Amino acid sequence: MQSFSYSKAQTLDQATAAGGRFIGGGTTLVDLMKQGVETPKMLVDITGLPLSSVETQPDGGLMIGAMVRNSDLAHHEAVKAQYAVLSQALLSGASPQLRNMATTGGNLLQRTRCPYFRDPSYSNCNKRNPGSGCAAIGGHNRMMAILGTSEDCIATHPSDMAVAMTVLEATIHVEGPKGKRTFEIADFYKLPGTAPNVENALEPGELITHVTLPAPRKGSKQVYLKLRDRASYEFALASAAVVAETSGGHIRYVRVALGGVGTRPWRAHEAEAALMGKPATAAHFRAAAEAALKDAKPQSENGFKVELAKRCIVRALTTATA
Amino acid sequence: MESTTASAAGSPHSIIGRPVARIDGPLKTTGIAQYAADFHLPGTVHAVPVQATVGNGAIRSLDVSAARSMPGVLDVIHHGNIERIYRAVPNDPSATVSETRPPFEDNRIYYWGQYVALIVAETLEQATAAATAVIVEYSAETPSVSGELEPFAGKWQTVSTRGNVDDAFAAAAVKVDQTYVTPVETHNPIELHATVASWAGDTVTFYESTQGVVNHRNAMAQILGVPRENVTVVTKFLGSGFGGKLFPWSHCALAAVASRRLQRPVKLVVTRTMMFSNVGHRPLTEQRFRIGAGAAGKLVALRQDALNHTSMVDNFDEGCGEATPYLYSVPNLTVTSALVQRNVGSPMAMRGPGAVPGLFAMESAMDELAVALKMDPVELRLKNDAAIDESNGQKFSSRHLRECLETGSAKFGWSKRTPGVGSMRRDGKVLGWGMAAASWGAYRFGCSTTVELGADGKARARCATQDVGTGLYTIFAQVLSEKTGLPFERIEVLLGDTTMPEGPLSGGSWSTATVLPAVAGAADNAIASLLQIAATTPGSSLSGADAKTLRLTEGRIHRSSDAPARGVPFESVLASARLNGVSGDSTSGSAFEDPKAKGLSMHSFGAQFVEVEWDPEIARLRVSRVVTVIDAGRIINPRAGANQIKGAVVMGVGMALLEETVYDPRNGQPINGNLADYLVATSPDSPEIDVTFLDYPDYALNSYGARGIGEIGLAGVAPAIASAVYHATGVRVRKLPIRIEDLLQSEIREA
Repeated sequence: MQSFSYSKAQTLDQATAAGGRFIGGGTTLVDLMKQGVETPKMLVDITGLPLSSVETQPDGGLMIGAMVRNSDLAHHEAVKAQYAVLSQALLSGASPQLRNMATTGGNLLQRTRCPYFRDPSYSNCNKRNPGSGCAAIGGHNRMMAILGTSEDCIATHPSDMAVAMTVLEATIHVEGPKGKRTFEIADFYKLPGTAPNVENALEPGELITHVTLPAPRKGSKQVYLKLRDRASYEFALASAAVVAETSGGHIRYVRVALGGVGTRPWRAHEAEAALMGKPATAAHFRAAAEAALKDAKPQSENGFKVELAKRCIVRALTTATA
Repeated sequence: MESTTASAAGSPHSIIGRPVARIDGPLKTTGIAQYAADFHLPGTVHAVPVQATVGNGAIRSLDVSAARSMPGVLDVIHHGNIERIYRAVPNDPSATVSETRPPFEDNRIYYWGQYVALIVAETLEQATAAATAVIVEYSAETPSVSGELEPFAGKWQTVSTRGNVDDAFAAAAVKVDQTYVTPVETHNPIELHATVASWAGDTVTFYESTQGVVNHRNAMAQILGVPRENVTVVTKFLGSGFGGKLFPWSHCALAAVASRRLQRPVKLVVTRTMMFSNVGHRPLTEQRFRIGAGAAGKLVALRQDALNHTSMVDNFDEGCGEATPYLYSVPNLTVTSALVQRNVGSPMAMRGPGAVPGLFAMESAMDELAVALKMDPVELRLKNDAAIDESNGQKFSSRHLRECLETGSAKFGWSKRTPGVGSMRRDGKVLGWGMAAASWGAYRFGCSTTVELGADGKARARCATQDVGTGLYTIFAQVLSEKTGLPFERIEVLLGDTTMPEGPLSGGSWSTATVLPAVAGAADNAIASLLQIAATTPGSSLSGADAKTLRLTEGRIHRSSDAPARGVPFESVLASARLNGVSGDSTSGSAFEDPKAKGLSMHSFGAQFVEVEWDPEIARLRVSRVVTVIDAGRIINPRAGANQIKGAVVMGVGMALLEETVYDPRNGQPINGNLADYLVATSPDSPEIDVTFLDYPDYALNSYGARGIGEIGLAGVAPAIASAVYHATGVRVRKLPIRIEDLLQSEIREA
C-alpha cells in the first residue's frame, strides 16, 4: 500500500503549483496504482477545473477542454457533424462506463497495455525502470507495435482518440511552470528510442488544458476503422483514421493516421505522399498502404499486423473516398 | 425465440415444464443475494496470498520480517511455519480436492503464481501492501509450458476399442488424418473464488464459493484434521463456476488455517490474476483423428489419440474421448489418451470436460471427411447415426440425434446452402454455414431432501446442494408447487448448507436429474403425513376420513370426491393438531444402482448450426446466427433452460474465436491474466440464437424424464463455427482459437 495525499484543485494555478500527479477520470492512473506501476505521492484532482467545455472557435475550429469526458465529446453535436473521425474513434474505444469517466487530457496520456509494463514483477521494463531492458522482446508480443519500435521498447500506444486527433492535426495546449505552451500533436508524442520512459513533451508539473482542432476541411470525408479480435471492448490490432477530399476522381487532400501498430499515434506521411493527386483507386490505396508499412518491424507473433494494417488503410481510404 | 413443444409427460397446466422466472432473480437484481465474499462476520480479518514469480524451482529464502512489521499485519504463514495441514485421502470420492499437494507443503515451486506465503491483516489494503513486502529468493529453472504436446514418447492408455481400426483405416476409400488443438482456457466465472473461514473453538464454518458444499466439508475435514461434524460449509449463491469451483483449492485451506491460528474469521478473495494460475483451467489438448469411410460415406474406421497437459503433481485427464465411442456407428474404433506434464497449476473440469474439446476435433474431422467425400455434412451424420451404443452394445435410453439434425436443418434453412467455399454472399459479406453434432452424458447421483409443510402455510425444501446460478432453486420450487398446489410466494427453498440433508455437486449437468426424485419423494412423504394428521385430528371436517381418500390441492386438503374449494387449508389442519409443521424425508439413489437404468446408455444429444459473416478485405469475422436443437430429456423450466443454452452458445463463440490463456515461455506466467487481455465474447459478439428443446422425457433416468442441460449447449459450437469459417474462407483452422492471423491466409480477398 502506497500512501498518498489527495487534494482537489479549484483553479489552474492551484493545480500546477501543487506539484502532484494530476488525476482526472482515473481510468488509467487508478488501474496502474493498483498494479503498483504508478506510485504517486500526491494526487491533485483536476476534475473541478473549468476545462469541461467544447467551443467552436472564430476560425471555425474547435476547442476541447481537457476535462471533457470521452462520452460527451463523442456525442457532441459539433464533433459528430464536423469531426466524425473523432467521434467514431472515441466510440470504438473502451466501454461506455470507461468513456463516461475518461477525459480528453487523460486519454492523450493513456499508457500502454504492454503486459510487461503493467506488471512490476518484471524488473526489466525500460518504461518503468530506465535501462533495465525490455521483457516484451522475446515475450508474448502479439499486441505489440510494429512501427516506431526500438531495441529498448516495442510497446503500442493504446489510444483510439489520439489517432483521430493526429489525423485532424490537433494542437495540444499545456500550462505549467514554463507558462503556456502549445504542441502540434505530431511533436507531442515521442518515439521510444533509447528512452521509452519519456513518452511525450510534457515537463513535470505541466497540465494539458485544451486541445484545439483546425476548422474541418470543407468537402472532406472522415473515417475511423478499428480492427480487433472481438466486436467491442478491445484495443486495436490495427486501426486507420483517414480524412480525404477528392474531386474528379483524384485525391486532392488526404491525411492518414494509424493505431494499434505504432509506439505512438502513427501519422502515415508516406501513405499521404503516395496518394496526393492520384486517382482514388484500389491500386493506389494499396500502394499507399505498402508505403505506410514499409518500415514495419514485426516481432515473432505480430507479423500479421503488417498485412492487417494495410488492409485497414485500404478499406478506410475506400470508404472515405466513396 | 426459443420454442418448446408441450411436454408429453405433464398436464397442460403443470408447473413442470412451464417457462417460469427464477425465484432467486429479484434477490440477485437487487443485490440482496449473499455471495461468499458478502459475508461480513464481526472481527473479520483479511488474507492475501503471495504468489511465486518463477514457474519451476524452489524457494531458497523467504524473508517476511518487513511484511510482518507492517501496519495491521497479524500473521504471515508459509512453508516454514504452517502446521496441522494434511493431504486429503487419495481417491476418496466423497472428499475430492483440486490439487493433491496442500499449500506450503514444502519449498518446491511447480508453477508460476503458486502461493508461497499468506499475509493476514486487519484490512484488505494492509494485507495487500504487506504481500508485496515479502522477499522471496528462488532457485529457478525454465518452466515447461510449451503449447506443443507432440512428440510424445510416453505410454498411451486405451479408452475404448473395437474391431481393427488400423487395418480398416489403411483400407478405407476416403480418409482424414489430422491433428486438432484446443488451447488452455480459463473458467473465469464473474464471481471470484472466495472463502470466509471462521473458527469457534474446535469447529469451523466456511462461507464458500463452491459447486459442492458437502464435498467441500468432507475434504476440508481431512485437510484440517478435524471430524466432518466440526465443519460447516455455506454457499447460498454462486456467481457461477463452470467447473472451476467443483472442489476445494489451496486458498480454502489457507483461509481456514489462518482463522484457526488467529481464532478470528478470515476472508480470502482470490484476485482475477490468481484466477488464471491457481484455480484451474481447461487443459491444452492435442488430438489426432483418423477417420476412414467408404466412397458412399459409411464410416469404417475411427481413431482418436488424445493428449492433454496436466500439472507436475496431479494427473488430470481431460477425457477427450468422452463422446467418441458412441456418437456414430463405426465397426472399427480405437480411442487412446495420455497426459503430458507442464509447469502449470492443476487443470480442472471446465464446462463439458472432454466432450467439448473432443467434439471440436471429431466434428471438425467429420466436416473434413464430408468435404473429401463431396457429401453434405448433415447427410454424413445421418448416414452414420448409431442405433445402439456400439462401445458396449447397450441400448440408448433415449436418443434423438437424427431429429436434432433434421429439425436444426429445417429451422436453419440448411437446404439453401451451396457447398462451394465462399459461394454464399449477402450484403457485401461472404457467408459461411457450418454444423456439428453434440452429445453429453446423462447422470443421476444420490440425494437426500427434507420437505416441510409449516403452520405458516408455507412449504419448505432443504438440501445441501447449491444453485450454481442456473436455476436449481426454482426446480425445487416447481416440484413443491406441483406437489402442494402452492404458489411460489408460499414456497421456500433452502440450499447450500451442510447442516441440511446431503445433496449433489453442481457438475456434470446432473443436478436437476439428481434432485428431482428426492424432492418429489420428500414432498410425497410430507403430504402423506399431513393427510394422516387431517384424518385423525379431532374436530376437523376431515376427521375420520380414510387418509388414502384425501388429497392436497392448491394448498387445501379435501376428499378426492370433493372439489378443493370444499376442503380445508392445510395450515388450519396443522393448527387444529397444534403442530408447527410436518416434514418428510427422502433419499434417492444413483442411476448406477437403479434397475430401471441398468444396461442403458444414457446421453443427451444436440445439433448446432452456425452462420458466420465474413468481410474478407479486412478479415473481419462475426458469428451472426446459431440454431441449436437439444435432446436433453424433459425440460423442467424451458426459460432457465434456454438461458443456459444461449449462454453456452456465447461461450462457444469465445472458445472458437477468442479464448486462450497464454503462458510466457520464460517464467510460465499466464501473461494475459485479466479480462481485458483474455478475451471472452461480449454482447456485440453474441449471435442471434434460436434454441429448440425436443423435450422427449427420458424415464430411465428419473420419473420426470429430465436429463440436464448445463454442458450440452457448449458441445459442438466450436466445430460448427470452424466448419462455417472453412465454408466462408477456405481456411481450415485446426487449432483454436480461430484468429485474424488464420483468416488472412484466405485466398478469397473480396466479397
